[in-house]
Amino acid sequence: MDWTWFHRLGSPRWFYEKSSVWLPYLWVLTASLLIAGSVWGLAFSPADAKQGNSYRIIYIHVPAAFLALAGYYVMAISGAVGLIWRIKVAELTMRAAAPIGAVLTFVSLFTGAVWGKPTWGTWWVWDARITSMLILFFLYLGVMALHNAFTHEETANKASAILALVGTVNIPIIYKSVDWWFTLHQPATIKFTSESTIDPSMLYPLLIMVIGFYALYALALILRTRVEILKRERRTKWVKALALGSA
Amino acid sequence: MTLRILQGPSSMTSDSLSTAPATDTAPLEIPDINLWSGFAATFKRDITVAFRSRGDIANPLIFFLIVITMVPLGISPERDTLALLAPGMIWVVALLATLLSLDGLFRTDYEDGSLEQLLISPHPLYFIVISKVLVHWLMTGLPLTITAPILGVMLSLPNQGYMPLIASLAIGTGVLSLIGAIGSALTVGLRKGGLLLSLIIMPLYVPVLIFGASAVSSASEGFPFVGQLAILGAFLAMAMILAPFAAAGALRISVNG
Amino acid sequence: MMPNSLTLELKDLCCDRDERRLFSHLNAQIESGQVVQVAGPNGSGKTTLLRLLTGISHDYDGDILWQGQSIQRHRALYLSQMLYLGHLPGTKKALTPQENLRWYAGMSTAGKTVTDTTINDTTINSALSKVGLYGFEDVPCYQLSAGQQRRVALARLYLTPAPLWILDEPFTAIDKRGVAELEQAIANHAERGGIVILTTHQDLDTQHFKNIGLRTIDLTDFAGAIEYDE
Repeated sequence: MDWTWFHRLGSPRWFYEKSSVWLPYLWVLTASLLIAGSVWGLAFSPADAKQGNSYRIIYIHVPAAFLALAGYYVMAISGAVGLIWRIKVAELTMRAAAPIGAVLTFVSLFTGAVWGKPTWGTWWVWDARITSMLILFFLYLGVMALHNAFTHEETANKASAILALVGTVNIPIIYKSVDWWFTLHQPATIKFTSESTIDPSMLYPLLIMVIGFYALYALALILRTRVEILKRERRTKWVKALALGSA
Repeated sequence: MTLRILQGPSSMTSDSLSTAPATDTAPLEIPDINLWSGFAATFKRDITVAFRSRGDIANPLIFFLIVITMVPLGISPERDTLALLAPGMIWVVALLATLLSLDGLFRTDYEDGSLEQLLISPHPLYFIVISKVLVHWLMTGLPLTITAPILGVMLSLPNQGYMPLIASLAIGTGVLSLIGAIGSALTVGLRKGGLLLSLIIMPLYVPVLIFGASAVSSASEGFPFVGQLAILGAFLAMAMILAPFAAAGALRISVNG
Repeated sequence: MMPNSLTLELKDLCCDRDERRLFSHLNAQIESGQVVQVAGPNGSGKTTLLRLLTGISHDYDGDILWQGQSIQRHRALYLSQMLYLGHLPGTKKALTPQENLRWYAGMSTAGKTVTDTTINDTTINSALSKVGLYGFEDVPCYQLSAGQQRRVALARLYLTPAPLWILDEPFTAIDKRGVAELEQAIANHAERGGIVILTTHQDLDTQHFKNIGLRTIDLTDFAGAIEYDE
């Protein structure tokens, strides 16, 4: 039995078939969490004393920001797994994770700007968290750009995995540096009420949304990985059989 | 030392062991590797090549000078405004000048085939990468550091800012060269690597820029700056340990384009 | 001193590149005293195979064993006993032939077998005169012709004590006399117990290789389509 052969081609098929079984449950879970969270958050939780209804964007902004950062680690770790153990599914997961993470980073930046306009009176401030998020966005773009630049698939996967790993070492340093930079330059006009507490009636829907976003992330990641698998394995009999069966 | 390593069962069956080197085979020697021989040979070669094409050393410096000239033209010749901008501007431009020169770090070796020879050298690639980065720093970082005070004068940097400017650039450009080597190694096999290199490396330069520029501006406002320099030193130590590994790994991968 | 018995074993080597199978189930045992010509039309994977054998590329299935040990696991040991000459000369045009070879000497002297034969300027100059570059030792390479630059790279063959030579198109840009000398050098190396693996589009002059085993590995024998299913 040739094990490298198993690693290279056997594994993606196994993942594809297993994930077909999981997917329906994940769909249901994601949809119910997101619907419950957003209905509760948008319709039933009370308006904020100072911000009115505009605060409700946190139900998208906060979970997206969480997942944007976690997604980078998902990408880098699967890249490392692919690099070290030559597991094909991991390489494909890394490929799939990059655009999802970039989109989430963009969503969190965009919702932050939308929230900033009524709250701070401007679309953009150089706040520590926003700046870090922007740099994270650049890191994602870099990994994607590097992957696209290579013509040889194998090399592209390995090279972008290395870049993602270098990024993970740097992310904590970048975050700390930007925090430090911000405390140095913090303008007196903008006051952050970080000590203000959030009411349980606002917090619970937020927690549900965060869990819902995790489920959504997992769902998106699996779906995209499945697409990458089909692309990669398009010449195999099982994919051809699948295509003919569903056509 | 004689090497007689029995390999694990996964790679070798008992059958192939018996066909493997028998008694008449010369024992394999573990190479007695002199770590510095590869480092020294590559350092000597690269520094000779760099000195034979001295014009290339001047290019980042001229770039540095021209961009700094643009600042008063684009913003204001007023001394106070310039003094406020000086630390950040000098640092940003030094960063860009380093980036511009990084593309060639491994590319010339890739194009003439000596990169292949580097990769098949029995010497550890780590030290070879370090020696190439060291030459790169001597040819870009060091000249930038030395010319920076002139630009400080042009941007009316306060007197107390010069020492930290030189110190922070001397340490910081070393970090820039080391981190940049990773990007240069990753893009070496790509025809249009230059812009991509900047794209993937610049976000990683953020911490260096923050602490480097902050050391200078703190000092010029009369605040202590040793802390920032110490942090830059820590970055340098960390980059020296990790970056050559990443660059060496990247070279082994990207050479197969 | 050349060890009396060396083996390079290719075990079930299989290599795909960009969804195309270059070769598969390639088995070969190459031993001391053999000159192996890797043959095949353009694009059949000759250069790729040589790059696998040097360890520069490792996108393959199967094993490459040197003296029964995987070349990936005992990389430094293997590399210290191997010389590789690629399509590109691996020399700097700004440097003189002598300086280029000094660099090469510094980069390769690793094994004990290597340090025993100390490489100094005298041995470098004698290697250069063997490839017909006597008097050009101190001329920058950019002033030399393409053939002469190629010869600078070839001078490594006279410097290295490595028993295994892997040469990719070594005869490119070399004149007739140079080709004959190079063939002689290859034959001599094999007679001393070394191994030479090379690709070339030229026919080797068999009279140089009368006394040694000249073998051919034709990659078309190992071609095939990718089997996509287990």
